[in-house]
Amino acid sequence: MTDTAKVWGLHIGVLAGLLAAQHLLPVYYANQLARILILAIFAMGYNIAHGYTGLLSLGHALFFAIGMYGAGLAVWQVEWTAFPALGIGLVAGGVSAGVVGLLALRTSGVSFMIVTLMFAQAGYLTILYFGTYTGGDEGFVVEAVGRQVFGYNLAHDGPRATAAFALFAIALLTNLWLVRSPFGRVMVAMRENEDRSRMLGYNPFRIKLIVLVISGVYAGLAGAAYGILFGYVGASFATVQYSILPLLYSLLGGAGTVLGPVLGTALMFALIEMASLVTSAQLLVVGVALVALVLFAPRGLLGAVRERWLKWLP
Amino acid sequence: MAAVILQAVGVSKAFGGIRAVDDVDFDLARGEIHALIGPNGAGKTTFVSLLSGRIASDAGQIVLGVQNITKLPAYTRVQLGIAYTFQITSIFPGLSVFDNVALAVQSKGTRDLVDEVSLALQRVGLTDHNAQIAKTLSYGHQRLLELAMGLALKPQVLILDEPTQGLAAGEIAAFAALIRTLVPRTTVLLIEHNMEVVMDLADRITVLNHGKVLARGTPAEIRANTAVQTAYLGGGEDAAA
Repeated sequence: MTDTAKVWGLHIGVLAGLLAAQHLLPVYYANQLARILILAIFAMGYNIAHGYTGLLSLGHALFFAIGMYGAGLAVWQVEWTAFPALGIGLVAGGVSAGVVGLLALRTSGVSFMIVTLMFAQAGYLTILYFGTYTGGDEGFVVEAVGRQVFGYNLAHDGPRATAAFALFAIALLTNLWLVRSPFGRVMVAMRENEDRSRMLGYNPFRIKLIVLVISGVYAGLAGAAYGILFGYVGASFATVQYSILPLLYSLLGGAGTVLGPVLGTALMFALIEMASLVTSAQLLVVGVALVALVLFAPRGLLGAVRERWLKWLP
Repeated sequence: MAAVILQAVGVSKAFGGIRAVDDVDFDLARGEIHALIGPNGAGKTTFVSLLSGRIASDAGQIVLGVQNITKLPAYTRVQLGIAYTFQITSIFPGLSVFDNVALAVQSKGTRDLVDEVSLALQRVGLTDHNAQIAKTLSYGHQRLLELAMGLALKPQVLILDEPTQGLAAGEIAAFAALIRTLVPRTTVLLIEHNMEVVMDLADRITVLNHGKVLARGTPAEIRANTAVQTAYLGGGEDAAA
């Protein structure tokens, strides 16, 4: 079997497994799985910027929140239905990432991290400041009209699970195609050796800006979907925690692998869920898990798997 | 003489108080192999960095063909046909040899990566290492990979910064033979310390010392030049004055 066949086989197999799981799991877990799939889209987008291109951003909460508020406000203020609202969220995520990128990409490394963090904090404070329109720190509930798509009600478990899976599948396959394309090779080249890339005729600023916009589109779509599928839009999604979560998800699963962020999201979710059964200090468990990860599998789980066994893993 | 393909007029660059490149005039004739030599610290690498755009010049003009490229960023100059291979090997360590060269090939907008990459690897003799991860190559092979990336860009002007450094004697002979096959389609500017290679390959030689042009001429002329001899043996400043 060729590597290409193995790669597509594996990813389509994973999708098939997830689809089956959605139908076999009890309702509570199926709903949790829908939540995981949406957050995994966010983590995949983050990983395109960080894992593949080497852009360590702490501003992705902004793109996630802008997607969420873009969709939520389109429903609240102009009564759009779910499909166009998702579209506006996706576009808003990409545009905001582009604008932030134009300024933040003049810096790199730690400075880039700080500048993106500042933008995200400014976004969070803006949401609180314009509380009349955004619902402030209480947020708002997405009305029923905004949760209708092609006659289905996304507030119901079945349609919600299907929508989450469909969005996730599109995001995953697009991600896979992207990193295996010639442009994907250039992304990795930026991470590996920016100076050399420049001397091969690539404009690093342009490449990184494109990547950040793609990453922002993923974040915006995830934010919009989260708001619409679970019916709530709130300022807590714009806090720094939501910039760090996708970083942790992708580090845990394996930064720079397509399935890593998905696995990382699922594991982190499961870990917190199980920890909260035995202690109220569940974040401590997360911390210990991360320390162990850094010590024993610094490339994340799938990163280690690729290094040792599956060299063809994209 | 053949038409000038790359020209520098009055180019200067200072780092703090040190004038690394000081009012240098230079021209590269289409299709020649031109060697740039000089003692350590003469400003050779700085000068070719100004040509390739890795460093911005303080003064002067750089012209490629008929186009003034002085203000253009490095990546645009590469697209216009100036390729630079690094003195300190600069490759993509975590990528395969194929991917390293493919990055050079696809930057020209070429779709047929496989054929072009294998052609470039064949020319430097790395065909068997196609799938190997670049960082696991020996130092000499990494130098050859660096060269393959330069070739794959199919440049008009190929700037090689100490390409034979760290190569074994046999590899150096193969390298010289390869460079000869590039001209006249590609013009080669070579920084080199190995005088045998320089005298063997170069059509013309420019000698830099303390950031200034000390001498220029054919290998025979440079060999006979007393100022050059003095610069290499010491007392360079008097000779340059």
